[in-house]
Amino acid sequence: MLLGLWIARNVNQVRGVMVAGSSCLLAMSIWLTLHFISERAGGNTEEMILHASTAWFPALHINYEVGVDGISVVMLLLSSIIVFTGTFASWKLKPLTKEFFMWFTLLSTGVYGFFISIDLFTMFMFYEVALIPMYLLIGFWGSGRKEYAAMKLTLMLMGGSALIILGLVGIYFFNGASTMSILEIAHNNHIPAAVQNVLFPFVFIGFGVLGALFPFHTWSPIGHGCAPTSVSMLHAGVLMKLGGYGCFRIAMFLLPQAANDLAWIFLILTTISVVYGAFSACVQTDLKFINAYSSVSHCGLVLFALLMMTKVSCTGAILQMLSHGLMTALFFALIGMIYGRTHTRDIRELGGLMKIMPFLSVGYVIAGLANLGLPGFSGFIAEMTIFNGSFENADTFHRCCTVIAITSIVVTAVYILRTVGFILFEKVKNPHFEELTDATWDERFAVCCLIFCVAGLGSFPIWASHVISDAVVPILSVIPTL
Amino acid sequence: MDYSQFFNMIPEAGLMAALVIVFLADLILKGEKKHTTLSLLTGLLLVAQIAVCFTAEPAEAFAGLYTATAAAQVMKVILTAGAFIVVVMAQSWLEQKDVQNKEGEFYELIISTLLGMYMMISSGHFLMFFLGLEMASVPMACLVAFDKFKKESAEGAAKFVLTATFSSGVMLYGISFIYGACGTLYFDDVMAQITATPLTIMGLVFFFSGLGFKISLVPFHFWTADTYQGAPTAVTGYLSVVSKGAAAFALMTILTKVFAPMVEYWEMLMYIVIVLTITIANLFALRQTELKRFMAFSSISQAGYIMLAAVGNGAMGLPALMYYVLIYVAANMAVFTIINVVETRGKGNTEMSVFDGFYTTNPKLSFLMTLALFSLAGIPPFAGMFCKFFVFMAAAEQGSNIAYAVVFLALINTVPSLYYYLKIVKCMYINKTDAPLAPFKSDCATRTALALCTAGVLLFGVCSCVYGWLVAATAM
Repeated sequence: MLLGLWIARNVNQVRGVMVAGSSCLLAMSIWLTLHFISERAGGNTEEMILHASTAWFPALHINYEVGVDGISVVMLLLSSIIVFTGTFASWKLKPLTKEFFMWFTLLSTGVYGFFISIDLFTMFMFYEVALIPMYLLIGFWGSGRKEYAAMKLTLMLMGGSALIILGLVGIYFFNGASTMSILEIAHNNHIPAAVQNVLFPFVFIGFGVLGALFPFHTWSPIGHGCAPTSVSMLHAGVLMKLGGYGCFRIAMFLLPQAANDLAWIFLILTTISVVYGAFSACVQTDLKFINAYSSVSHCGLVLFALLMMTKVSCTGAILQMLSHGLMTALFFALIGMIYGRTHTRDIRELGGLMKIMPFLSVGYVIAGLANLGLPGFSGFIAEMTIFNGSFENADTFHRCCTVIAITSIVVTAVYILRTVGFILFEKVKNPHFEELTDATWDERFAVCCLIFCVAGLGSFPIWASHVISDAVVPILSVIPTL
Repeated sequence: MDYSQFFNMIPEAGLMAALVIVFLADLILKGEKKHTTLSLLTGLLLVAQIAVCFTAEPAEAFAGLYTATAAAQVMKVILTAGAFIVVVMAQSWLEQKDVQNKEGEFYELIISTLLGMYMMISSGHFLMFFLGLEMASVPMACLVAFDKFKKESAEGAAKFVLTATFSSGVMLYGISFIYGACGTLYFDDVMAQITATPLTIMGLVFFFSGLGFKISLVPFHFWTADTYQGAPTAVTGYLSVVSKGAAAFALMTILTKVFAPMVEYWEMLMYIVIVLTITIANLFALRQTELKRFMAFSSISQAGYIMLAAVGNGAMGLPALMYYVLIYVAANMAVFTIINVVETRGKGNTEMSVFDGFYTTNPKLSFLMTLALFSLAGIPPFAGMFCKFFVFMAAAEQGSNIAYAVVFLALINTVPSLYYYLKIVKCMYINKTDAPLAPFKSDCATRTALALCTAGVLLFGVCSCVYGWLVAATAM
């Protein structure tokens, strides 16, 4: 089983260990995916496979309970890819390389643990483990207004987790069986509707903070803007998905009645996120801020699709998590590489990079096109599935929201093409840039890996959507239909 | 009178013997080796004492005057362990010239306050309880004033003595009301007879405020900051952890047991006091720049969280409280050990700015400090998160809307508390300074204390057996 602690802590050859550890992890998650697919093909219809449970705090009915379904499998795969490439993207990081990777590892431990656990307490513990290293990673190794950014990010996310704790405690005491196991609670489904309606906003907003739900997204631009490259990659690529995953797995799965009753409020908020994020990205001048707002928009789309509550749209949501994770990691990696050379991220100062660093520029164009949903890349598949699924809801309200959200595609094209035009194709504005070099081998490797994954998911989405949609069904089945 | 009953009080008798041995050794020993021998002797005696308490069975003596439940015996283990760490961490301070010749007194005072706390938590009678409380506070005042050449130390001690006597007076007044209403002071008899009349409610409130001073709950917290700042760092650690833990345990057992028939009255009182304590202490802590003062406010807010365990009034409460105290011992003592060593090795002050750039010169110490602070802030995988979560569970077990509201307010308060703990982390890692503290090697005693505390911070949460042990003890 993929357990978190996978790296010796007393490392001198930090890089060697990181590469070995993350490739091992990648290999394991690929194995896990294959194993999962073969199990399913072999007729294993259990909800969670590789299920294991050990009593941890028996007095409080807390178990260390783990297992994976289709959603967690693809999320684990995503995390491993990003940790793997993130290691290469921060190859030259200084100072205190060892400490950096230690916190980085702790963060990824939290992420893995979160995706595999199916016990409320264990899940929450890993959730917080994933949050706190961000403070030091951004505060120490970041750039710009890093102290402010790190503090804001940490406090907002911890505020969110305070809301989650209350929700979890409530779920524990009202579920009738005093259990912390997510599966048991969902199957019993004893929580009274009135209680659900109170708890649902707490849990959904709590996780929504991390999923950049409007108006709780404000940590995201500055946080991503100031973080070092690989942290931005992991944070936007994986950590923001924790929010969506939590909303789906805890808020909607365990509080289905309330999810049905209150979805409209959050649908409005997520629609605003989608459109507002896209428009905000249009007026930013810092490359990382553009990408951070774009993440707000895309993660908003994830929550939006989840709340549409059809099988197709939820599958699309998970696909979008996967695809956005890969794309945004690619983006942040490229931005980090460009920034490492030019020492500016202001698009007004950059220009003509296509001539100077063709490899990075081509990578950037590909990332941009994937982001605006060009067929053949993963973005197209995900968004197509989402909007298809959303249109299955026939009433006016859902239709209106969908139409508004679809406009964001156009806006996305505007800001992506604007950026690409500005920084890649105009005249070289700073003579010093002429002397800069193109990517080194480690950077090329990271970029190629990510492009390969984005294109791979875009070209052969069937296996992923198949795995996901199987897992979505049991969660949706507990939610009463409209 | 049947003197054999003293054999039922094994932990107390053991500690008394330890006190006498240390006292005699202090008289007899002379010369250069005195410091080492005496400190080793005290340490060993306290370790032996932990073992004694660990094996002690629940016992009763003197017709219920002395009633040690299994939970109380376990609590004694925790308190003794805390006192042991205080003695170990104080070594680097006790080697200094001002206090060198008073080393013996320090140990004797620590042991006698500990004895007082033992009495306090294993009493079955209000007067016995009061006696224990006084025995725990009067020597404490001497400890606070230990640095007699420092003005702040004397000031802190004066504040402590005045509030301690005042609160004792208030508490005695409350106890006299209860006696008036029930005609007895035995806990069991009071519980059987007490009903909510204006007289007993007054008695409850006065009793509560008397103990509130000891735990430094708002609005009885005014002495805390000055005393903590003035007292020698080792003593501050002792005050903030061991003494507070004992008082919190006593308050909870008495409220849930003796005042059980009046639960609706004290529950309301607790809600208000807890919310005020956590919120106000957090607001004040935000503005502090002196580390010991800051830790004072932090410990007030932690006291609020500890008492949260009591409002649930259910089976989860007592183990959650003891668990919280245990982990609080580990985390807070780690912080105070580091403050102490920085104070003695550095320039003698404990401003937060002293810690600027601490990471560049003393990476190991600042790393341990970070772990301890994260634990205090309640961040997993360190133990602090587990005990916070369990305390919240215990409070929510009560089930009423108002209990949930209190839990919610307490939860929201974790955000500012995280902010101020992170401020110290920021000082150590991120702030740049021209003159960071010079690198130094800590002595063996400091290392031992830190190793113990860090082991606690790392393991007490993840190893569920610790919590299981407490649950088993309270279930008996």
